[in-house]
Amino acid sequence: MKSVEPAPAAPHAREQAPPVTADEPARPARSVRKNRDWLHGLLMSAPAVVGLIAFVGIPFGYAVVLSFYNVRLGSPLEPTFFGLEQYRRLFTDPDLSGPFLRALLNNLTFAVVVVPVQTGLALGLAILLNRKLKAIGVFRSLFFMPVVFPMALVAVIWRLILARSDQGMLNSALDAVSFGNWGAFDWLGDSATAMASIIVLSIWQGVGFQMVILLAGLQQIPGELYEAASLDRAGRWQQFRNVTLPGIRGTLVFVAMLTSVLSFRVFDQVYVLIDGGGLNEDAARTVMYQAVTTAFDQNNVGQAAAITVVFFLIVVALTIVQRRVVRPDNED
Amino acid sequence: MSTNNPGLTRTPLRRFLDYAVLSVLAFIFALPVLYLFLGSLKPSDEVLNGLSGFLPTHLSFDNYTAVLDSLNSDSTGYFWRFMGVSLLVAFVVVTGGLFVNSMAAYGLSRLKWRGRNAVFSLVLLLMLVPFESVAVPLFYMFNDQRNTLYILALPFIANAFSVYQFHTFFRSIPPSIEEAARIDGAGPWRTFFAIIVPMSKPAFASVAILTFLIQWGSFLWPVLMVSDPSVRPLPLEMSVFQAQLPPDWGQILAFGVLLVLPVLVVFAFFQRWFVQGVASSAVKG
Repeated sequence: MKSVEPAPAAPHAREQAPPVTADEPARPARSVRKNRDWLHGLLMSAPAVVGLIAFVGIPFGYAVVLSFYNVRLGSPLEPTFFGLEQYRRLFTDPDLSGPFLRALLNNLTFAVVVVPVQTGLALGLAILLNRKLKAIGVFRSLFFMPVVFPMALVAVIWRLILARSDQGMLNSALDAVSFGNWGAFDWLGDSATAMASIIVLSIWQGVGFQMVILLAGLQQIPGELYEAASLDRAGRWQQFRNVTLPGIRGTLVFVAMLTSVLSFRVFDQVYVLIDGGGLNEDAARTVMYQAVTTAFDQNNVGQAAAITVVFFLIVVALTIVQRRVVRPDNED
Repeated sequence: MSTNNPGLTRTPLRRFLDYAVLSVLAFIFALPVLYLFLGSLKPSDEVLNGLSGFLPTHLSFDNYTAVLDSLNSDSTGYFWRFMGVSLLVAFVVVTGGLFVNSMAAYGLSRLKWRGRNAVFSLVLLLMLVPFESVAVPLFYMFNDQRNTLYILALPFIANAFSVYQFHTFFRSIPPSIEEAARIDGAGPWRTFFAIIVPMSKPAFASVAILTFLIQWGSFLWPVLMVSDPSVRPLPLEMSVFQAQLPPDWGQILAFGVLLVLPVLVVFAFFQRWFVQGVASSAVKG
């Protein structure tokens, strides 16, 4: 198919070709073309690069600037320079730091649980699915399917599963298993289980994504390695430790780091479930939830910008750690 | 031949166990999806009704017609309008993004010019900035543009990650193909649109599908920028619709099915590219 496709273009190209090559010797033509490459290259990359600067670069710099000001939306007062006051408030002000520090802690809890559990689960699924069985494709799609579900919908489905009424799916399942000894439990509303609920539904939605990446990594391990291992009478566990794990080490580290960055971006499910789902706000608020409510509900753009900058510093720190961890692997 | 993969040297018993484990896991994993589809077809008072929520009783499409009927006025917004907004924004972001980002990637990978490495480094640097960290300043910068359609799409057209994906793909094309075109007198634009684009269909497909998937679920930006139901995209309306009191569960789940159906259709038809796009971006990166 590839060899067929370029064909229609060829006649056009040929019509134009003779004048150029006939009039000029080859060498000047090439240098002229090279000079023009500068212009063409710039013109071709301009729309995307301008868009990226306008919607990522400038706003990012602006976030840093805004965080040094006392800016409020709809306020008649002019923005005033605030220095590091927004940051001081976020971390030490007794009235304002409470929710923010709680959000940081919640986010950290989320990351510390989700990164190992989701990566481990994804690896287990990937190994299970890395087999030549009939209908294995159906299984792969099944586990990947929740990834295409919008998070707002995932939150709503789990709102029903975790509903506090004794008719909630989980509550009635536990009731059936415990022969009626299980009382209804408010999974989303109780501060002890609110974050756990968010963790479970997030892993359900996201694990297929990590699984697919790890599966691709597993499939790059040469089969001969397993052959050699079984000739050496290595057991399944030894094969896993000495062939599989080293073979996907790079992918595994990548997936873990990607998951940790993603886990600091958690917002949609928390917002949907607090807004009408009865989720315990204080136990489940995350850094991005805090940024949005500060900017949107309280109109406090300066402080929201400071939260955003802290959020970005965390993500950058994680990215640098990722580079450090992955590098030795790339060198050999 | 059968020894070069551990999966092929299996006894029937082992194979049976594999299927058993996979089926049990898949069933547990699929329960929430099953519940969504079944619940959307059941009367509302039977949805949140213990384990019988899974019984396929009294199935009908009443919830769907009820959703379309209840979201059919200026105050609630119109269901087809939410759908239209989502489709339009996704369409603009995907097609605009394919055009702009592939072109940039071509200019940055196949044309040699001074400064292109600096520009590409800038793109890679901006790739590290998650949208979340620019959402607040963008919200402030474009505050007078709230509740407009174009501001929902505009920030997402240029996408550093898409440029990176195209860049990786274009670099793998052998230079001889372009040289042949150029000797025939085709300039860089013609070479790109007539030769490179048609032979890069897999890259375009996987970037398009990944962009569509992310855009369809887009939530944070609409939360900040939209309060008017006439420009509200579907996921945001999902959040509004589920917060109604008292909740009508059958209708809420029917709405959810309508929200996820377009991505499921895309997923079903283009699954291979879907998974490839996700996986290749990671393994190469």
